[in-house]
Order: sequence, then C-alpha cells, then structure tokens
Amino acid sequence: MRLEPIANPSLARTLAPPALALTATVVIASLLAMLAGANPFSVLGLILKGAFGSKFAVLETLNRATPLIFTGLAIAVAFRARLWNIGAEAQLYAGALVVAVLGAGILDWPAILLLPTMAILAMIAGAILLLIPALLKVRLGVDEVVTTLLINFIFLLFVSMLLEGVLKDPMGMGWPKSPRLIPEARLPRIVQGLRLHWGFGLALIAALIVWVISARTTLGYEMRAVGLNRNAAEFAGIPVGRVLIKTALLSGGLAALAGFSEVAGLKGNLTLDLSPGFGYTGIIVAMLALLNPLGVIAAALFVAGIFVGADSMSRAVGVPTYLADIMLATALLLMVVAILLTRFRVIRE
Amino acid sequence: MPDDTEAQVVLRLDRITKTFGALTANDSVSLTLQKGEVIALLGENGAGKTTLMNILFGQYTADSGRVEVMGAALPPGNPRAALEAGVGMVHQHFTLAENMTVLENVTLGTHSLCALGLDRAAAHARLAQLAGDFGLSVDPDARVGALTVGERQRVEILKALYRDARILILDEPTAVLTPQETTDLFDTLRKAVALGLSIIFISHKLHEVMTISDRVVILRHGKVVHEGATSGTDRRDLADRMVGGRVTVPKAAPGIPGAPLLSLRDVSTPDRGNAPGLKALNLTLSAGQITGLAGVSGNGQAALADLVGGMIRPAVGALALNDAEVLHWTPRAAIHAGIARIPEDRHKTGTIADFDLSENAILETYRDAPFSRHGWMNWRAARDFAARIITSYDVRCPGPATRIRLLSGGNMQKLILGRVMEGAPQIILANQPVRGLDIGAVNYVHSQLLAARDRGAAVLLISEDLDEIMALSDVIHVISEGRLSPPFARGTMSPADLGVWMTGEGYDEGAAHAS
Amino acid sequence: MDIFDILMTASFWTAAIRIASPLIFATLGELICERAGVLNLGIEGIMVAGAFAGWMAVYSGLGLWPGVLVAFLVGMGFGLIHSVLTVPFGLSQHVIGLGVTLLATSSTYYAYRLALPEVTSPPSIMPFQPLKIPFLSDIPLVGPALFAQTPLTYLAFIMVAVVAIILYRTPLGLAVRASGENPAAVAAQGLSVTAIRMGAVMIGSGLMAVGGAFLTLSAFNSFFFEMVNGRGWICIALVVFGAWKPGKALLGAILFAAFDAAQIRIQQTPIGADIPYQVFLMLPYFLSILALVVMSRRAEVPAALMVPFNKGER
Repeated sequence: MRLEPIANPSLARTLAPPALALTATVVIASLLAMLAGANPFSVLGLILKGAFGSKFAVLETLNRATPLIFTGLAIAVAFRARLWNIGAEAQLYAGALVVAVLGAGILDWPAILLLPTMAILAMIAGAILLLIPALLKVRLGVDEVVTTLLINFIFLLFVSMLLEGVLKDPMGMGWPKSPRLIPEARLPRIVQGLRLHWGFGLALIAALIVWVISARTTLGYEMRAVGLNRNAAEFAGIPVGRVLIKTALLSGGLAALAGFSEVAGLKGNLTLDLSPGFGYTGIIVAMLALLNPLGVIAAALFVAGIFVGADSMSRAVGVPTYLADIMLATALLLMVVAILLTRFRVIRE
Repeated sequence: MPDDTEAQVVLRLDRITKTFGALTANDSVSLTLQKGEVIALLGENGAGKTTLMNILFGQYTADSGRVEVMGAALPPGNPRAALEAGVGMVHQHFTLAENMTVLENVTLGTHSLCALGLDRAAAHARLAQLAGDFGLSVDPDARVGALTVGERQRVEILKALYRDARILILDEPTAVLTPQETTDLFDTLRKAVALGLSIIFISHKLHEVMTISDRVVILRHGKVVHEGATSGTDRRDLADRMVGGRVTVPKAAPGIPGAPLLSLRDVSTPDRGNAPGLKALNLTLSAGQITGLAGVSGNGQAALADLVGGMIRPAVGALALNDAEVLHWTPRAAIHAGIARIPEDRHKTGTIADFDLSENAILETYRDAPFSRHGWMNWRAARDFAARIITSYDVRCPGPATRIRLLSGGNMQKLILGRVMEGAPQIILANQPVRGLDIGAVNYVHSQLLAARDRGAAVLLISEDLDEIMALSDVIHVISEGRLSPPFARGTMSPADLGVWMTGEGYDEGAAHAS
Repeated sequence: MDIFDILMTASFWTAAIRIASPLIFATLGELICERAGVLNLGIEGIMVAGAFAGWMAVYSGLGLWPGVLVAFLVGMGFGLIHSVLTVPFGLSQHVIGLGVTLLATSSTYYAYRLALPEVTSPPSIMPFQPLKIPFLSDIPLVGPALFAQTPLTYLAFIMVAVVAIILYRTPLGLAVRASGENPAAVAAQGLSVTAIRMGAVMIGSGLMAVGGAFLTLSAFNSFFFEMVNGRGWICIALVVFGAWKPGKALLGAILFAAFDAAQIRIQQTPIGADIPYQVFLMLPYFLSILALVVMSRRAEVPAALMVPFNKGER
C-alpha cells in the first residue's frame, strides 16, 4: 500500500475519519463492557450520566479537566516544536512541591501576593525540570523522550523522600503527606458554594494565552517552524536551540501549573497520589486536540468526562474503571490514524 | 549489431501509460530492446524517463500497458519479479546502506530470508570474478560509506550483475562522475554488451549519448517523440527534438566586474564524514559577475555553500565582506549582510511544506519590521509580501494561504527567488538553482540571476551541470576534494579542460598561484 | 562490609544475573526493532502485558513454558498494532509507542480486574526453579552466578547469541539491518521493507513481553501493578548504551543489574541505612540518563531509525 496526499480534501473527507475513530472507540469499549458481563448500552449511559448527568457530575468533570488542560497545553506546546516532553508528570509534581513548601505558612503573605508568587515559582520549578533534558538534547543530542521519562521516576522518588522526611506533616498520623496549606495559599472558589476553584479559570486563561502565543507572536511562529522542518528553520536563521529551550521553559511551566492548581485549589496538601498520571494523560489530551491550544480545553473535558463517568459507572455495575484508560488509549491510536486519513488516501498496490 | 529477429528482443514495453493526478508522466510509451544493444533514453527533466524505468522495475504500477522481459509478461508493481527476470537498475540516487560493507550491500536480498547462513567465501569469489569480467574493482569488505562516488556506482552495478542481470538500466549514471570516471564506466558497459547484456542508458548529456548508444529514444512530455539509430543523427538534431526546437540557455553577455564584495581567505573547514571540508581556499566574489563553481558533487560544494550562507564559520582563515573581516557569522548575519541564499534542496531546507506561502515568504525576515514588532507578528504585512512575490515572480498558486506543499518545484523555487531577491541583494548564493525544474522555470531562474548581475550583484552559482556553468558564468572555478582551482575567465576553458580539474589534477600549482 | 566484600559474594552475582535477565530479553527486543528502523516506545506497556499474560496462563493451568509462549504471542499482538501504525502508515513512532504502552497497560489492568475481581493480594504460582548445571555450577563465584539460575535466564543468554548470529550471519539479519540503515536499498533488491520492519517489531515486542514474563514466572511468583516500574524505559537506554549491538547490550544489562544489586546490599550496611531508601531507588534511573549522555557522542545510530519508508517516494 501507498499513501497519496489529497490536494483539497472535501468536508466529508475531513470529518468522516475522526467520527469513525470515535465510533470505533465506543464500539470497542462496549465489547469490553460486555466481556465484563455488563450491558454495553447501560455502561455507556452510566459513563455519560456520571460525567455530565448532574450539577455535581459536571463540577467533578470540570475539576478533573483542570490539571488535564494544563498538562495538555504543556504537551501541545512541546510537541508542536517536536520537543518530546513526556515528563509532564514530574513537572506537575515540581509545581506542587513549590506550593506545598511555600503555602504551608513559611510565607505569611496575603493571598493576593502569595498566590501569584507561588504560581510563578511553581512555573519556574517546572521549567527548570524540563530545561535539563532540553539542554541535553540541544547541546549533546540526547533523546529527550527517555530522559524526561526517567526524570519522572526520579522526581517522584524525590517527592516521596521529602514527604517521608522534612516535608512530612507532624499531624499526619504517620501518613506521608505535607502539612495543610494556610487559607491565604488556597485558590478561592469561582462561585461561592460550588466545588469549583479558580484553577479552572486559570486553565482557560492559560489556553487562551498559549493560543495567542502560538498564532500571533514571533515565538509561536518560530516554534511551529522548528517543529515542522528543523533544517529549513536553521537555514532561515531561526535560532533552533534557543527556540527549543524557550519551548521547554513554557511547556514545563504549564505542566507545573497543574500541580499548583491541584494543591492550592483542590487538595490543600501534597501527597504521592496527587496525580493519577495527569502528565501522561496530557499526551492523549494534546493529541486529541491536534495540538491546538483551544482544542485542548474540549479534549480535556472529554477525557475528564470519561474518567469521571467511568468511576461512577464502575461503582454502579462493577466494570473495572480501567475501561476509561483503554477507551482513551484506543481513541488516541485511532485518532492519529484518522487524522492521517483526512489528508492522505490509501492506495493499494 | 542489433538484429531484427524477434528472438533477439529481450525487453518490450507496450503502450505504458501512467498518470499522477493531473500529470501524465507516460503517455502510451512503447519501446523494444534487443540483445547486446545500448539504448539511450533521452529527455529533459520531467519528460517521464525515470517514471518509465520505475514502472519497468516494478516500483510504480502503470495505469495501462504491459512489460515483457524475454518474451514473458512481468507482473506489475513487483520489483522482485523484475530482478528475477534479469532486470537490474542503477538508480540515480544510490540505494546503498553506507554503514554496511560492499559484500553485504551486494548480497542483500540475494538469498532466501529463511536461509540459515551466508556463504561468504562463495560470495567473495563471485564478486572477484565479476570484478574481473567487467572491470569493476572494489574491495568487498570496505564500508560503503568510505568509498568514493565512482566506487559506489560500481557497487550498484555489481549488485545487478551479482543477480545475473541481463538488462541493465542506468539512470543518469554520469551525473555524479568525473569525465575520467565516465570513460571507465563506458568501458564497463562495452564489456557488458560484449558479454551479451543489453543496456538502457538514461541521460540528457548528448555527447555521452552519441558515444555509447546504438539507438536513441527521446521522450518529451511523457511521449516518445523520436526513435532511431544513433548513427543517423547528431547532437544538434537530438537537442532540437528533446526540447522541441526551443533555445535552452539564455544568451549571456559578459558582465562588467566591479569591487570585491565577499572574499574567503585561506579558509579551511573540517571534513564531514565522507564529504571533504574546504582546504585553504581563496575565493573572491565581485560585483557584476557570476562566479561559477563546477565540480563533481560531494567535493566541498556543500561546505562552501554553508560557509557563504552563514551556516558554518571558517575553522581557519577569514571571511570578509567589502574587505572587512567578519567575526560573527550566522545565517541571520548573512541575511542581514544582504546575501540572497537559494538553497540546494528547496524541499528540505528552502521551504516548510506545511506552512502557507505567506509564512514561507517571511521565513528569513520574520523578525524584522514590518513582519513583526516587539515580538508580535503582523500577518497582514506577511500576506501582502507574499502576494507581491506571487505577482512579480509569476508563482502559480491559488493564493498566499496555500500550503506550499501543493506547489510544483518550479513555483516553489520562484517563491524562494522572490523571497531572497525582494531586498535587491548584493550577493547571491545560487546552489543548484535549477535542479529538477522544467525548461520554462530554468530559463526564468537564469534570467533572474543575469538581471541581478547586470544591476551589480555578485553571484556564486554552484552547479554540477557543466553546460549551465559555462553558459552563465563570467568566471569559473573548479572544486575538487575541497580545493579550489584558480579562476578561469569566460571562454578560456573547454569542458575537457575543466574535466581535468574536476578529477583533482593541477591543484598544487594552482594553490601556489592563488595566494 | 565494604563494596569489595559485596562484589566477592556469590549471592550478589546471582542476584545481578537474575535482575539482568528481564532487561536482556527486553533490550534485545528493542534492539531488533531499532535495528530495523523502528523505535518501539510500547516496550513498557508490552512488558506489563507480558508479565500478566504469562502469569495468567500459568495460573489458569498451563505449564511454565507454554506461559512464556503465551507472553510472547501477546507481545507480538501489541507489536502488530504498533507496526501497522508506524510502518505502512508511517505515523509518529513517539506517539504510537506511547499509545501502545497506554493501551497495553490499561488492557492488562482491565483483564486482571476481570479475572480476579475479589482478591486483594494476587495469588501466587509455582515459578521456574533454579537449574544447577553439573560441575559448572561448582566453580566459585562464577558457578552459582551463571550456572545455577532458572531456565529462563539461560534462555536470555541463549537469545543474545541467537539474535547476534541472526543479525550478523544470516540473510534475514542482513535485511533487518539494511532496513534500519537504508530502506531504499532493501526495496531496490526486491525485498519488502514493510514486511521486514513489521516482522522485526513483532518479534522484538514478543521478546519484550517475555522480559515482562520473567518477572512473574521466574523472579517473583505473582503479578502486581507497577511491577515493571520503568524497566522498559531503562532498556531503551541500554540499547543506546550497547551501541545497538547484542553483545554490548548484554554487558550493559549485567553492569546495570550489578549496580542495582549492589545498591540493595549497600542499603543494608550501616552507612546505607542512614540514607533515604529513595536515593538508592533513584540510582538506576540516574545511571540510565548518564549512560545516554556518555554514549550520545559516539553512538552508531541506525541511519534510518525513526525514518518512515514509503514505496514510490524519493
């Protein structure tokens, strides 16, 4: 077989493959639900209901989407420039660590000063964490996929060490968790009485800013050029190394904001189970969004909805929640093929 | 001598048609090849020669028509069947694995993949035998990456002979050879013919066609426009038939040389893998002159182009602009110094395929006003700029928002030309500016270079096509192994004279003269 | 006990070889994929799937060797998914690899929960037992380390030789290496790059899965989550460290495992007890990064690694 580019794809050609990919994902999930002995229709219904069926469900989904928007943006930014940042998980914890250290009373500042300070320092921490593999890549040509992956393991062990050592909450009854944040270090709720904090608002603003950077600034232009054709970018005088470093700083900072928002907004302290893999799921979010910053919002809501819905479905009918992860992995793989098929036609020979 | 009896026909192409989208690459092409015959397949770039051979070799499938080898039909789209039927192809771009040995490259795919071992001794012996029979000596255990271009071509031919090829197809085999290597290749081909092989020789170099072939077939726009014995024709006649009676090269009046704009003084650069760096090279580009750089590819042209284009700095020696030495030297510095750079590979380095025309148009100048201010892009200015190039350089496209991937090579090159020429550059680096373009685009690019020279620009024209160099240049240098010949004024050297320099002779005295 | 004492104990080297075994399988698997030109980031998930599949097969009543075979076949299945998407479709090997890891991991956990819904601690099986080779296992130090291991460890060492011989001494290996160096050369000789690359990825993925199965069938006796714990990523570093050569990769795996075995023992020394255990656990990952940095300068990367090949495109 051979792939032939389509010069001017029709509307049907653009929409049909992604629609088919999503349909196939749902069909596969249904089959797996049947394997578990459940009625596939009720399982899908329960997932939908669990994700968007009530005010509580929607708020839960929005809360879950918040860190995914940040990590999704982090990865979209990096992948656009072909910087393979698989280390968003560690960068998230770097941001969370900064908040857990500074927000627990060391800085006795009013919220209006404390929150931005923590956010900025969190971003710097995340940025530094990605700066190391980015420098290794730019200076020495070390593949960043493996280094960022390995740093995830190292950094989680580091956090674990701190949580069992200096950062351990004396009131924590022996659990490895950090002390609770002071009220000034907590992100307020968007609407009083509703369990949705300003982290979500910040995520939306971040998506907008990233979109503006990508579409309207020279840095965005450089990042796209470097990602699409590094040779040509180099030849045209775009400082490829510097652009990659800037991209890394932005990406690491965005991922760290996920940690900031989870600790300061949702949890109030740092534990080792702060993130159930938001950093990795961010890859799915970014890919489903076709690396578009505004698309990340929609993709994060979709992914969060599946997770939240699957949790509630699992409680109701006993199908393992891992169904959600399978659905997302399947959606990712099929969507990548679908996107290819919107631009190429397969010729059999 | 070819015989007319059917029994002697080894290959028959019957009404082959192949289209790519709207383009008809082959239009009902028929051709027969006799035993012991050399056919020259002649045609311009884009005439359909390579497509036809790829169909014969099973790499493309024809829309209609059939291929017969030794009287048996060849299944379409199956290179393996073509190989087994005795068709061997020497591609224009070698298909060799550089990190592997000659023997490995030659034996690749010649044994069943299920076989448990490789009989190296037998393979060695067979290779030695072939090397003797055909005059193709090469060390079987050498890593291909360490071989010269000429040696690599011998490996390609050995690959085909090792498989008992009865029909050899050579796609522009001399494009990468020195005149002397070409002579050796022709000796090999004559030996092959004497041993009963048949050859299709693809070229657009007329004197070679006249030398080696028995019969000439000319393709134009995918159709056979001429077929006949070589002895019944001459170069002028073939040229007319090939281009359809057009004048191929613009008549260039000599330029009026002015002040030196860019000079390299005793510049050396490190070798890069197989390609030599520059060796104590001196070169001056003067205003109002086209300086042609001739040479076999891979002799340091890339390093020189990178140096002038700002991609690398001299490791030793100095680069001077207007007689002032330049210390900070980057692509951006080169652009700001008013150097227009037309890169060798417009797909890989000249453009970004998934960017639209406006984004590609500002690739080198995006950081300058009016395209950006304080880090913000001004897309309207970029679109206007692209639109201006589209009109003044006749880029055929739906508009500035078209992705450049959808443009033909010629139109892509016109956009690049427009991008670099808009600022009336003082120095122009044209690296293989017309490679792969159709004749109309070639003429257009050449006339633009001449116009720039006439308004006082210094042009460095790098090309492997000696005809192009001789037609346009006011001064010619030859490069070999990273060394530069002295300058030769227009008209003082014949192609054969330049050929001697291309083989690497005469440089020691030349270096003494130059400094 | 100082470092030297640790290095001179037979139990240390026995442990090192045991720790190295799964890494050897998986590193060979990745090496085959990369030699054919495909980076397989599915390795981590495929190891998880192999660990579970092999164990589940034995737990359901199959023998140990059939269990290994099941793991191999499951690995090949994920290899098929990976290779269809990356070879004929030429999709990003980074994205597809990570997608396959996610898919393999999540479907393994799903299957585990389906198979054993109620249990809190996983049931155990009777794993491979050490098989002493007469006379050889009596050699001091080397004997117990190399000749008193489980049959699966012996298989790992045999596989190194088999893979090396196939790669360097057979037409098949020649074709695989050429696919990773210049696929156009392979196509020009009438071979199918697609078939060779897909085959290599499938076989390689099978070996990765056997590496995972070593954990459940030989090193331990049951399956638990997080058991692979980044070993797959470490194997990718080991391939680079081994300069894409089976022998050197074996050496790298043993060196790495020896380091790992040593840190476990140093943890138990008086000095080691004062250092947080996490520091020791971090070391293998640090070591891997270090290996990548050191080797980056002189790595002989297959020239066409991660370069998709499309027929009829030049």
